[in-house]
Amino acid sequence: MSLADQPKSAIESNGLSRRQGFLLLWLLVAALVALPIFAPWPAWLNAVLISKKAFVSAIMNGITLAGLYFLVASGFTLVFGLMRNVNLAHGSLYLLGAYIGYSVTQWTGYWLVGVAAGFLALALIGILMQVIVFRRLEGDDLRQTLVTIGISIVAADLMLAVWGGQTYQLATPEWLDGAVTLPIITATRSNGAAVFLTFPLYRLVVLAGAIVIGVALWLMLNRTRVGMMIRAGVDDRAMLSASGVNVHMVFAIVFAIGAGLAGFAGVVGGSALSIAPGEDVRYLLASLVVVIVGGMGSIPGAAIGALLIGLAEQIGLVYFPTYGVVLTFVIMVVTLAIRPQGIMGRG
Amino acid sequence: MKIHRRALLALAVATAFTAPGFAFAADDTIKIGLLATFEGPFTVLGEDGERGAMTAIGEAGGMVGGKKIEIVKGSSDASPDSAVRAARKLVEQDGVKVLIGPLSGDEGIAVKDYAKTQPGVTFINGSSAAQDTTFRDPAENFFRFSTDGAQWMAGLGTYAYNDKGYKTVATVAEDYSFPYTQVFGFMAEFCKAGGKVPSKSWVPIGNKDYSSVIAAIPDNVDAIYVALGGADAVNFLTQYQQSGGSAPLIGGSITVDQTVLTAQGKLRDVLVGTPSAGPTADTNDAPAWKAFVEEYKKQPGAFPSPSLFAHAYYVNTKAALIALDEVKDDLSDGGKAFREALAKVSFDSPTGKVSLDANRNGIADIFLTEVSEGADGTLLNKLIKVVPQVNQTLGIPEDQFRALGAVSRDNPSCS
Repeated sequence: MSLADQPKSAIESNGLSRRQGFLLLWLLVAALVALPIFAPWPAWLNAVLISKKAFVSAIMNGITLAGLYFLVASGFTLVFGLMRNVNLAHGSLYLLGAYIGYSVTQWTGYWLVGVAAGFLALALIGILMQVIVFRRLEGDDLRQTLVTIGISIVAADLMLAVWGGQTYQLATPEWLDGAVTLPIITATRSNGAAVFLTFPLYRLVVLAGAIVIGVALWLMLNRTRVGMMIRAGVDDRAMLSASGVNVHMVFAIVFAIGAGLAGFAGVVGGSALSIAPGEDVRYLLASLVVVIVGGMGSIPGAAIGALLIGLAEQIGLVYFPTYGVVLTFVIMVVTLAIRPQGIMGRG
Repeated sequence: MKIHRRALLALAVATAFTAPGFAFAADDTIKIGLLATFEGPFTVLGEDGERGAMTAIGEAGGMVGGKKIEIVKGSSDASPDSAVRAARKLVEQDGVKVLIGPLSGDEGIAVKDYAKTQPGVTFINGSSAAQDTTFRDPAENFFRFSTDGAQWMAGLGTYAYNDKGYKTVATVAEDYSFPYTQVFGFMAEFCKAGGKVPSKSWVPIGNKDYSSVIAAIPDNVDAIYVALGGADAVNFLTQYQQSGGSAPLIGGSITVDQTVLTAQGKLRDVLVGTPSAGPTADTNDAPAWKAFVEEYKKQPGAFPSPSLFAHAYYVNTKAALIALDEVKDDLSDGGKAFREALAKVSFDSPTGKVSLDANRNGIADIFLTEVSEGADGTLLNKLIKVVPQVNQTLGIPEDQFRALGAVSRDNPSCS
């Protein structure tokens, strides 16, 4: 019997000792992970893993990339997992947010205004989509799928018409630019001086932002009245409606947050990487994989899924670039085989 | 009777759909298929390729051999199967007998293989530049007037070693046939001069996040050779700048092309001063090049200076038009006369004399360049030196060149 299958009460009855046990286990794991990162490496390890700098950078990049994937996928998991609305235009929302953020930043000269514009514009579009499209197709998965695929194709061509095919790069403001030195020694020079790892500051900020948003989302869903209404609406909308709550309003809010997060991720991601046609499909695919691996409708699940996929992509890219793409899908296939509902999904 | 009539109608409709072959012969227009990447990561490149082809057709007044030119466009996304699909559509549905394209390396090899199944159709390359499109197992009906990626590197390896003083270089390139060819061309000279290449990174095409790849590059190399195209190049260069990279760069032909130099962002800082080589140079002041730039700029959406894709499509289209003119659009007998004329075409292009070798691959001048900032702030490839009439074996006797083996991830090697 695996731990996840145990009834909740069993865990709670002897909770303290078990919790302490877990804490110890996690500390041990953390120490094992931290040791190779902070300690200097012997030559043989450097030879196997190219160099300490390459390995630690790949891990760091994987974690920060996971932050970006989480931002996109958390919106997707809200809409797809909680509301059972299949929105395959989610990638288009990401790309549109990026383009809008770019144009607004160019126009106003302030990056933060661009980020806000990306979120707000897409939240508005999300509400429109919920009112115009999804409200009419409630409970009809197949039609939702087809209609949203249609929307994504039309949106891709419209964006190509407006912004053209060239690659845009959002310039980050000065205070986010440059690299920071981390207290991680990657090598020692012949004169004994230690070489520290440098890492782009912007990526660390994206990661911090993703963590803050993730925690806020989880708190909102699990600890607030609105979150309670959302969860109630998913389980039994008729009963929620009967108790005097405007269900349509609740779902419109969820959709707005989901789409707004995609737009926000677009601007943030477009500053770290770049904006070009085709990004929509890429992030839709990434969100799908993250949500399938992590479990539908679960915010912690999206975080775990994003972490796995981000790390797999970066480590694959450095150590076996030709077959690195496969790694992501191996993770997905293994998850589907062992836990079809996803790592944190409800069975 | 009624059924009979309906059957006749159906037959007539069916004929109408399959008619292009007939209409072609009767009409006074000639259909030319134009295959380029109008979707996917190389969209900008494909659009500029089209501008190049249209420049050549514009110069001819839209007429060739007394017939009006009708362009039928096919779109691919830089993957070989999409290129073959688009080529099949152009040949088998639209009935074109002359096809110009494709754009990207692997596409070229795939279309060359498809060409073997369509002996009645003449294929003329767009800008694809993998070596094995024409060098190993070539197709009788595939012609490439725009040279290959190894030829484009002529002069660069020697220049990097002797003039720039780089002794060790790491390479970062996309993982397919064209960058293999480019790295081969660079290393052929660089290793011969005495240089070492201790580390080669091959990344999947369309990769966005290069920070881990950048971190894996050894710290002790003198320079980094980058052969990435379009959005991939923009991403790499920006992230290289962000990560505080300090090693100087050496550019593959499409890495410092106008399609990348016109991108917005901070990548400009790391690009200025980057040496490269390719079939064009923006500051070439030969009258023929200047005239070509003027013609090119008449196309909608043109860059400040034509990209090498515009140039390659222009050269190939121009050669096709010269041969078509010579045979008065005679494409009978599987285009036999046209092909014979095409094999003999030798003309003065905007970048000097172009002719074909026995494998139907181009021999042309190559330009050694360096990225510099123009008077109006645009980035340009400044001409350093012209390497005249480079052939596909890079001046090495063919049997010796063949013995070097097919280009791949591991060939050549000089670590």
